[in-house]
Amino acid sequence: MQISGAQMVIEALIAEGVDTVFGYPGGAIMNVYDEIYKQDGFQHILTRHEQAAVHAAEGYSKASGKVGVAMITSGPGFTNAVTGLADAYMDSIPLVVISGQVPMSLIGTDAFQEIDAVGISRSCTKHNYLVTDAKDLPRVLKEAFYIAASGRPGPVHVDIPKDVTAQIEEFNYDIELDLETYKPNVKGNPRQIKKAMEAIAEAKRPLFYLGGGIINSNAAYEVRDLIHKTQIPAVETFMARGTLSHDDKYLIGMLGMHGSYASNMAMSETDLIIALGARFDDRVTGKLSEFAKNAGVIHVDIDPASISKLVNADYPIVGDVKNVVNEMLAQADSIDGSRYESWRETIENFNALHPLTFHEDSERIKPQWVIQRVGEILGDDANISTDVGQHQMWSAQFYPFTRPRQFISSGGLGTMGFGFPAAMGVKSASPEKVSVNFTGDGSILMNVQELMTAVEKKLPVINIILNNNFLGMVRQWQTLFYDKRHSETDLSMQPDFVKLAEAFGGVGYRVTTKEEFDAALKDAVEKNVVAFIDVVVERFENVLPMVPAGGSLFNMMLLEKKEDK
Amino acid sequence: MTTDNARRVISVIVVNEASVLSRITDLFSGRGYNITSLTVAPIPDTKYSRLTIATLGSVKIMEQITKQLHKLIPVLRVYEHEDMVEKEMALVKFDITENLSDINTICEAYNGKIVNAGESTVIVMVADEPKRIDNFLNSMKRYNPKEIVRSGAVALER
Ligand SMILES: Cc1ncc(C[n+]2csc(CCOP(=O)(O)OP(=O)(O)O)c2C)c(N)n1
Repeated sequence: MQISGAQMVIEALIAEGVDTVFGYPGGAIMNVYDEIYKQDGFQHILTRHEQAAVHAAEGYSKASGKVGVAMITSGPGFTNAVTGLADAYMDSIPLVVISGQVPMSLIGTDAFQEIDAVGISRSCTKHNYLVTDAKDLPRVLKEAFYIAASGRPGPVHVDIPKDVTAQIEEFNYDIELDLETYKPNVKGNPRQIKKAMEAIAEAKRPLFYLGGGIINSNAAYEVRDLIHKTQIPAVETFMARGTLSHDDKYLIGMLGMHGSYASNMAMSETDLIIALGARFDDRVTGKLSEFAKNAGVIHVDIDPASISKLVNADYPIVGDVKNVVNEMLAQADSIDGSRYESWRETIENFNALHPLTFHEDSERIKPQWVIQRVGEILGDDANISTDVGQHQMWSAQFYPFTRPRQFISSGGLGTMGFGFPAAMGVKSASPEKVSVNFTGDGSILMNVQELMTAVEKKLPVINIILNNNFLGMVRQWQTLFYDKRHSETDLSMQPDFVKLAEAFGGVGYRVTTKEEFDAALKDAVEKNVVAFIDVVVERFENVLPMVPAGGSLFNMMLLEKKEDK
Repeated sequence: MTTDNARRVISVIVVNEASVLSRITDLFSGRGYNITSLTVAPIPDTKYSRLTIATLGSVKIMEQITKQLHKLIPVLRVYEHEDMVEKEMALVKFDITENLSDINTICEAYNGKIVNAGESTVIVMVADEPKRIDNFLNSMKRYNPKEIVRSGAVALER
């Protein structure tokens, strides 16, 4: 079949089973957009900013487990998309991002809208390509999808000059990939796994440390089985929320900078860490030299470079978490869970000492209350995305997650503006669930133009703005570590969020009481509309507990007890 | 510790493709590691090239570099050399009026010789271990070299 490079892109996407593409056209990618116009194999969602297109593709991928796809033009289109690429790279999200480039004859001449796109994306993609001949396109696209989804997943960028999309060549997508230099090790060394199981059987205070790699490899249900079978308690990273259901009796909670007291104490007292798809991020470990000092470490990860990078692994196991956990499950009979009875009691005592909670206030709505309340009302029926800041940490702490892929947030890069477009992607992948985005009065303005996309494409995302008139998280650090000098974090000057939503054809609610909140949420869910629920919350609330940056996990700033106040 | 920040030599075998070299050097610069020398050439009769990279770093850093290099898609193999034969080349230009017989004698001690003689200048070439190249260049100072160029090192495991 002789077709143009642009047609090849379409054919390849359809062959890969892509049903949704997010994007924004421009000169260099117009040949491809012309073919998008003519086809009906997938839907295209026109975002109103390229950054949002990539975040939407991330949300889509996170909710569906499939490769997300975004399409953009050269120059400013591409540079706008870079934050999305970096975000996906940090959180290991499989994406294929296709960009147009100026024609080959103009590359290197500072042509209009020319930028060295592959040069820029090299450091924030798993791999990238500049396609210089349409003959290479089928192979490159096939490789791109394979590389994005296999091993440690990540974004792959394909840059295609305009003349290459016009070039007519033979197309055949029935290619055997021959990537002899890329062979992810997915299996897990059986001898190492056996040794790890022996170590678990001997440990007195073992602890599962669950990371986002579990979600990526669709291993959450196997991990649940392993935990129930061994009766070993578990802590989750921010990225792993939803691996265990919130009411699972072996779940201690989230650990790290804003983790629970019990989680961080358990980590400090354990004698054997069983790390699954977790990478010992600095927000998790606190001060490394004092992290889990007396513990042996089993570290399971698909990425060999993550193992022993920060914490030395006594039992390194390179492999896909799902495979390794299945192997561990097969050997789990040798473990007598009753051995850990007193360890579990110790942890319960930690929890009783300083449970994760907050103080209610009769005057003002507390932000944590809003999150808990949404959990009570929608619970499992909602997929939750967030922006970045205090509201993000409270969401991770207080929402009752019941399943993997329910919680979608920018972890590694911490990108404000992620939440709303990501929630649109989530909604398009998972229309049967309510898509809720918890956001802040700062974050929401970073991709507010997506109101138009959401209204036009009928992606009824409910944005709950926890409005504290501050860049709250930065304000918290200023309060605690900069002697209350609130430099440039006051957001008293605000748009009318209700009118703003209405201006785009959405629905807005301004909420100052709990009753109003319940009514607004109910109304937005029933009407199934794009909504802003602007909730006036206590301005000076801090996210607690907290491990100050660089501090040790067991040295937490805790919520004052009410009677101490 | 003596192993900290020692000089290390690694070989990287890569698929010959556009921008593979910048992928590798970016990986060093992006992490703030320095490359002391870098030599690249295709491996005859294959689609691969070999890079020989000399760098400074601790055992831990080298382990990370090696793992990160391995993650790059076009990289086939990475290994750090422990017991290797390592050679580097230098070309030096002198005025023809210098004491050429002395120069030639010293060159011979470093696997080298005069490789070009022009009207007013001569060029000598030596090939030896990098440390010995240092010594050679030192001893050449008294003959007022006009220009010096060194290649990067190449290495093969014994
Ligand atoms: C793009 C971007 N710029 C700056 C920051 C730094 N930052 C982290 S949290 C935060 C404040 C967020 O404020 P808001 O969205 O109102 O949420 P809140 O913390 O009040 O809940 C800022 C500025 C960031 N994470 N991302």
